Amino acid sequence: MFEWLGITPQGLYGQLLVGLINGSFYATLSLGLAVIFGLLNIVNFTHGAQYMMGAFVAWMGLTYFGINYWWSLILAPLVVGVVGIILELTLLRRLYQMDHLYGLLLTFGLALIIEGGFRQAFGISGERYEIPEALTGATNLGFMYLPNYRAWVIAASLVVCFLAWFVIERTKLGAYLRAGTENPKLLQAFGVNVPVLVTLTYGFGAALAGFAGVLAAPIFQVNPVMGSNLLIVVFAVVVIGGLGSIMGSILTGLGLGLIEGLTKVFYPEGSSVVIFVIMAIILLIRPAGLFGKEK
Amino acid sequence: MLSKKVLAATVCGAFAAAPAAFAQTGKISDGVVKIGVMTDLSGIYSDLAGPGSVLAAKMAVEDFGGKVLGAPIEVVTGDSQNKPDIASSMARRWLDQEKVDVIADIPGSAAALAVVKIVKDKNRVALVSSGGTSRLTNEDCTDRTIHWAYDTYALANGTARTLTQEGAKSWFFITPDYAFGHSMEKDASDAIKAAGGKVLGSVRHPFPGSDFSSYLLQAQASGAQVIGLNNAGTDLTTTIKQAAEFGISQKQRLALMIIMLTDIHSMGLKATQGMVYTDAFYWDLNDETRAWSKRFFERHKRMPTMIQAGMYSGVMHYLKAIKAAGTDEAGAVVTKMKATPVNDFFAKNGKIRQDGRMVHDMYLMQVKKPEESKQPWDYLKLLKVIPGEQAYLPLSKSLCPLVKKK
Repeated sequence: MFEWLGITPQGLYGQLLVGLINGSFYATLSLGLAVIFGLLNIVNFTHGAQYMMGAFVAWMGLTYFGINYWWSLILAPLVVGVVGIILELTLLRRLYQMDHLYGLLLTFGLALIIEGGFRQAFGISGERYEIPEALTGATNLGFMYLPNYRAWVIAASLVVCFLAWFVIERTKLGAYLRAGTENPKLLQAFGVNVPVLVTLTYGFGAALAGFAGVLAAPIFQVNPVMGSNLLIVVFAVVVIGGLGSIMGSILTGLGLGLIEGLTKVFYPEGSSVVIFVIMAIILLIRPAGLFGKEK
Repeated sequence: MLSKKVLAATVCGAFAAAPAAFAQTGKISDGVVKIGVMTDLSGIYSDLAGPGSVLAAKMAVEDFGGKVLGAPIEVVTGDSQNKPDIASSMARRWLDQEKVDVIADIPGSAAALAVVKIVKDKNRVALVSSGGTSRLTNEDCTDRTIHWAYDTYALANGTARTLTQEGAKSWFFITPDYAFGHSMEKDASDAIKAAGGKVLGSVRHPFPGSDFSSYLLQAQASGAQVIGLNNAGTDLTTTIKQAAEFGISQKQRLALMIIMLTDIHSMGLKATQGMVYTDAFYWDLNDETRAWSKRFFERHKRMPTMIQAGMYSGVMHYLKAIKAAGTDEAGAVVTKMKATPVNDFFAKNGKIRQDGRMVHDMYLMQVKKPEESKQPWDYLKLLKVIPGEQAYLPLSKSLCPLVKKK
């Protein structure tokens, strides 16, 4: 069936699965961005640095304090989330009344400073983080050799994405959040403490990035620029999905991972461009993105 | 009569002594020898060159005594960020205004190619240790460029040819999609074919990349005995890590075209064990390399890469040539450098050819298993010494205009 494409079905399934794994990272990261943009109207360029910090917190925990991977999965997002909350309280808070551009400049500057600091401290080659003992090895699926850790990455990010979606779309807290997005003043008049809600949302978005960082640590080299390499793609994912749309960013993340995976088989040279080509086409046809609402 | 004789003798003596006195001070332009270490202080090459290269240059100056022909030696540093435009303007500023006599290191092949042309125009010396492209001494050679530690041809040729001769006949390449990667793949493919092997295919990935599992699966599906990795730095470390994850390193062999000791240090032996590659230097080769590397380690807290060790060797040779030539004029110094063999901890009977290539022995190294490693930084074992004449592009194939064809 696939012979005319010059690839065996086995090869194709393998590539699709690899695409799905990358898609899981895109989904988790773009979800955090979408949540932050939805409520704060801030384009969070620090997201890549927060992802990197998640990976480094996991590495430092293991190296200096002997904290294992599973604890890091909880601890690192907490640490990154708290750092995010401090940033929000001290700096970001002052920019809500201003143009988007100021938030973008501030978060971009912060990202450069954080990455520079880590580069100064740890060098550029990065540090290694071993795959946790329970997830080493691989399973033979017949069409490919799937490392157990990668299977775990897909499962963990899908669960986290689903939980985030559930909380935002199906719970009372989520209803407040969405109401805050629509009309913060009115919500405050009902007695909801909107500033606290905003602070916690930013912390949550940052924590999601930190979580993705811990997931990524054993697969990629833990290095100071790991976030900036990924961030631009993740932004494209958010734009294609529709800024601020939760489900949109999850589905788009997974879908673009698949498309990118296929490009790597048929025309690898184009795999870094394909997402941006899709972005350009989507913006021409649907300027608000696939799942976004026109305002 | 007597006083006349004395006078004559004095005058003669003064004349005889004059050239020596002149050489002591006047032959050094601006009264100082300035070594400009242009390197990558914060980017992707800052571990393999960077501050370690600066330290190596300073160590060479200290060991030389800090002065040559009575003039002080100074080391200045600059961060080129591996970008040709930044490197070029820094080179112009250094040579025009800051009286720099030699520009050393120069990571990033594109930046190195840009800088050597400026150096040639301004009649100074370029001592390339980091930049790897073999074009520096081939079609883009100049009579003011010396290429010290290694080049792409020597690495690709050494690894690919040796492995093919040992029976690894089928290859698949993972190559970054830019000039350096393409020339690496070409040099390696030529060597494989010449040794009787064949290249089953290759995949070119965007540079820089983040996830390589897709390419690794393609390499796995090709069924090739050896997967040749032409990428470098963080791209390479990620590829190797993911190859181990997908179980590729157990069935197929990974051959690394360009890797540094610092990369192995950062990835760990578990991920890199058994891999074979070509290096120009390793700290644990003999007493001399150990002695120098120990001094380096005490100040840098990391063992030297071939680039950093080559930096010391090159700067030392340059300073000795100034002393022997009695001047720091670039042409005379380069002539002297080419005429003098290099014999130090880095190279034995190294020779700078007319095209500017410092030809010295290269080493085919294998990464140790974790249990074989006895101490920190004990990572490699020597498989084979590749004699310099076999390692580097033969002059008969050179496109360099300086090479006189017979």
